[in-house]
Amino acid sequence: MAEPAQEADAHAAEGHGHAHGEHHEESFFLKYLWSTDHKMIAMQYMFTGMFMALIGGFMAYAFRMQLAFPGIEVPLYGQVSPAEYNSLVTNHGTIMIFWVAMPVLIAAFGNYLIPLMLGCDDMVFPRINRLSYQIFLLSAIVLIYSFFVEGGGFGGAWTAYPPLSAKAEYNNTPLGAPLWVVAVALEFVAFLLGGINFVTTAMNSRAPGMKMFDIPVVIWMIVIASILFMASVGPLVAGAVMLLFDQTVGTGFYDPDRGGDPVLWQHLFWFFGHPEVYVVLLPAVGIVGDVITVFSRKKLFGYRTVLFTAFATGLLSFFVWAHHQFISGIDPRMANVFTVTTVLISVPIAEMMFVYIATLYGGSIRLTTPMLWALSFIFAFIIGGVTGIFLGASGSDIFFHDTYFVLAHFHYTFFPIAILGVYTGVTFWYPKMFGKMLNETLGKIHFWGTIIPFNCIFIPLFVLGLAGQHRRIWNYENFPELARPELFQLREFATISLIVMLLFQFVFIFNFFWSMKAGKPAGKNPWRSSTLEWTTESPPGHGNWKELPSCYRGPYEYSVPGREEDFWPQDEPPAADAKTA
Amino acid sequence: MGSLTERYVTAASTYAGDIDGVIMLIAIIVGFWGVLAEVVFLGLVVAFREKKGQKAQYITGEEKHQMAWVAYPHYLVLVCDILIIVAAVRVWYNVKQDLPPADATVRVIGQQWAWSFVHPGPDGKLDTDDDIATVDELHLKVGTVYHYKLESRDVMHSFSVPAFRLKQDAVPGRVITGWFEPTKSGTFDLQCAEMCGIGHGLMPARVVIETAAEHAAWMAKHDTSMAAAVKR
Repeated sequence: MAEPAQEADAHAAEGHGHAHGEHHEESFFLKYLWSTDHKMIAMQYMFTGMFMALIGGFMAYAFRMQLAFPGIEVPLYGQVSPAEYNSLVTNHGTIMIFWVAMPVLIAAFGNYLIPLMLGCDDMVFPRINRLSYQIFLLSAIVLIYSFFVEGGGFGGAWTAYPPLSAKAEYNNTPLGAPLWVVAVALEFVAFLLGGINFVTTAMNSRAPGMKMFDIPVVIWMIVIASILFMASVGPLVAGAVMLLFDQTVGTGFYDPDRGGDPVLWQHLFWFFGHPEVYVVLLPAVGIVGDVITVFSRKKLFGYRTVLFTAFATGLLSFFVWAHHQFISGIDPRMANVFTVTTVLISVPIAEMMFVYIATLYGGSIRLTTPMLWALSFIFAFIIGGVTGIFLGASGSDIFFHDTYFVLAHFHYTFFPIAILGVYTGVTFWYPKMFGKMLNETLGKIHFWGTIIPFNCIFIPLFVLGLAGQHRRIWNYENFPELARPELFQLREFATISLIVMLLFQFVFIFNFFWSMKAGKPAGKNPWRSSTLEWTTESPPGHGNWKELPSCYRGPYEYSVPGREEDFWPQDEPPAADAKTA
Repeated sequence: MGSLTERYVTAASTYAGDIDGVIMLIAIIVGFWGVLAEVVFLGLVVAFREKKGQKAQYITGEEKHQMAWVAYPHYLVLVCDILIIVAAVRVWYNVKQDLPPADATVRVIGQQWAWSFVHPGPDGKLDTDDDIATVDELHLKVGTVYHYKLESRDVMHSFSVPAFRLKQDAVPGRVITGWFEPTKSGTFDLQCAEMCGIGHGLMPARVVIETAAEHAAWMAKHDTSMAAAVKR
C-alpha cells in the first residue's frame, strides 16, 4: 500500500516556480494556456469539451433532419449530401466519445477533483498536465480542420474499418481520413499523459491519514478508468500507426491483396473500444455515487462492493471485445466464448446499480438539481444496461447487429455517461468551481427539458431497430420496408425531440454564465458534504488550502448516530468530535 | 400471437423464428429485471424523501445481512444470464456453425455500391455456363436450403436480409459461406449493414422469393449471357 505522502508540495513547487498564495497578475496567455494549476487545466478541458459537445450536437441535428425529412434544406446547414452525411455521423461519434466524454469526465473532473478530494495542492506532475491539455487542444484543432480540407471530413464511421479507411480511392477523403487518424492518435497521447498523472497523484499524494478505502469512489473510478485506458490503448495506437502508413505511404497491413488482413484492425480497435466504454462509464458512476450519498445523507451502501464491482468490470471488459465482431467474419465458434464473457459482465454492473439503489434506502432524499441528474443517470443507465443483453447474446445479435437497436442501446449508456453524468458533476461542483450557486429553478427547467426529450428521441429508435433499420444510411426512402409512413413518423418524432432537447441546453448555458455573476455566494460547503474539497474556499486559491488538511475517516460518514450534524467532514479531528458528542 | 420482432418485420426464413425466440426470451427476462429495478428505485426515491426532523439511517452495507440484499438478486442475475447464454448459443450454432446440406448455392458479391448475385442456372450448379448473374436482385426458390458464398471486391460490406434475420459481413480477400432457407414467397429488402463509403446508403437490393414454378419461369426467360461478365 502506498504511503500518504507530503512530497506533493515539493513536486508542485518545482512546477510552479513561485510560492503558494503569492498573488501576482499573469498575462492571458500564461493564465489560460500555460497554466500548471490543476484547476485551470480542468477548466480548460471542461470548456473545450463543452465547446466540442456543441459541435457534436449540431452535427446530430443536421443528420437527424436529413433522416426525418430526406433532401430537405436543413436550416443553418443546407442540404446534406451522402458524403456529408457519412462525415457528420462519423465525426458526431468521434467527437462525443473522444472530445466530450473523455475530456470532461476523466480529464476535467479528474484534474479538478483528485487534488481537492485527496487534500493536496496540485497534481504530482503539473507540467505533464499542462502538456496533456496542449496536445489535447491541438488534437481538437486537427479534427476540426479535417472537416474543411479538400474532399471533406472522414466518413468511414467512428470505427474506421479498413480497407475503406485505408485507401483514398475507397473513402474519397484523401486528407480527411489521415487527419482523423492523426487527431485521434494525438488525443490518445494527451490522455496517456493525463492518466499517468491521475494514477500517480492518487497513489502518492493523499492527505495524511487517508487510507485506500478512505478515497471517495469518484477518485477510485477515475483511477481505474485511467488504468483501463492505459492498458487497452497500446494495441490501438499500433493499429492506428499501421492505418496511417496504409493511408499515406501505401503499406498493406490491412490490404488482403498484399497479405494484410482487414479484420486485424477490428480486433485492435475493439480491444481498446470496449474497455473504452468502461473508461468513460466508471468516472460517471463515481460522480453519481458521490452525489447520491450527499443528497440522501447516507453512507454509500457497501463502499468496498462498489470498488470490487468496478475492478471486476474493468478486468472483464478486456475479454468481451469480439461481441462487436460476431458477424464480421471471425471464426463463428469464437462467438460462443465472447457471448459468455459479455453476458457475464452484467453481473458486476447490475450489482453496482443494486448498490446505488440500496444506498437510497433509509435516506433523507433532497431532490436538488444535481440529485435529479444523478437519479436520472441510474434510471437511464438501467435501460441501457438491460438492452445490451440483446446484443451481447450472439443469437439475437445476428438480427440486431448494426441496427438502430444498437444505436438506441448505446445512446442509453453514453448519453447518461457523457450528458447526465457530466451535468451531475457540473451542477454539483459548480459552487466549488466558481464560488456561486447555480439557479435551481433554471436548473430544474433544464433538467426536465433534457430528460424528457432524451427518452423521446431514443425510444422510437429502439422500435426502428426492431423493424430492421440499419445504421449510417443516408436516406431510408430507398428501402421499401423502411420507407413506410409509420416508420417515418417515428423518425420525425425523434428529430423534433432532438431539436427540443438542444434548445433547452441554452437554458443551461445561460444559467452557467449568469450564475457566475449573479448567483448566490456558495460559501465553503453549501451541500453539507463531508469530503475534503468542501473544506477549502470556493473557489480554492492557488495551492488549494492555506494549510493542507489531514484525513481521519471515510468519505461518506453521513447521519452517524449520536452526532448532531448529519455529516462528518473527513478532516475533523476525532478530538473535536468528542466535545460535540 | 406474433413475436416482438415479427410485429415490425416479416419472418421469411426457417431460422427467423428461432432468433425471434431468443429475442423474446431476453425481452421477458430483462424486461422483468428492468421494470423491477426501476420500480424499486423510483419507490425508494418517493418513500425516503426528506422529512422534517427525521435523520437518515446509518447503514454501512458491509455487514452480512445487509449484503444479502444485493447478493441474492445478483445470484438471480447470474441464473438468468446462464439461461440467456444457453438459448443464444444454441441458436447461434444452428444459424452460423452447423450448415445443413445445400440444395443450391448462390454467390453474393458486395462492391461499391451494388450487390451482384450469381445464381445456378437450370443445371442447379454454380460456376457453369448457364449461371444467371443479376445486379441488386437475388432470386430464390421457396423451401430450398441455400448456401451463400459471400465475397467483397473492395471494402467491408454486410449482407443483411432483415426478413431472414440474416446478417454476415463480406470481407475482401475471403469467401464466407453461410446458409438460409426461405419460407415465404415475396419480395424483401436487402441492406448493406456495414459502412462502405459514400454510396453506403444507396445500395439497396431486393430478395425475390418465388414458388418453384415462378422460379423456373424466371430462369427460363433470363438472359444468361451476363454471367460471363460477372465471373472473374
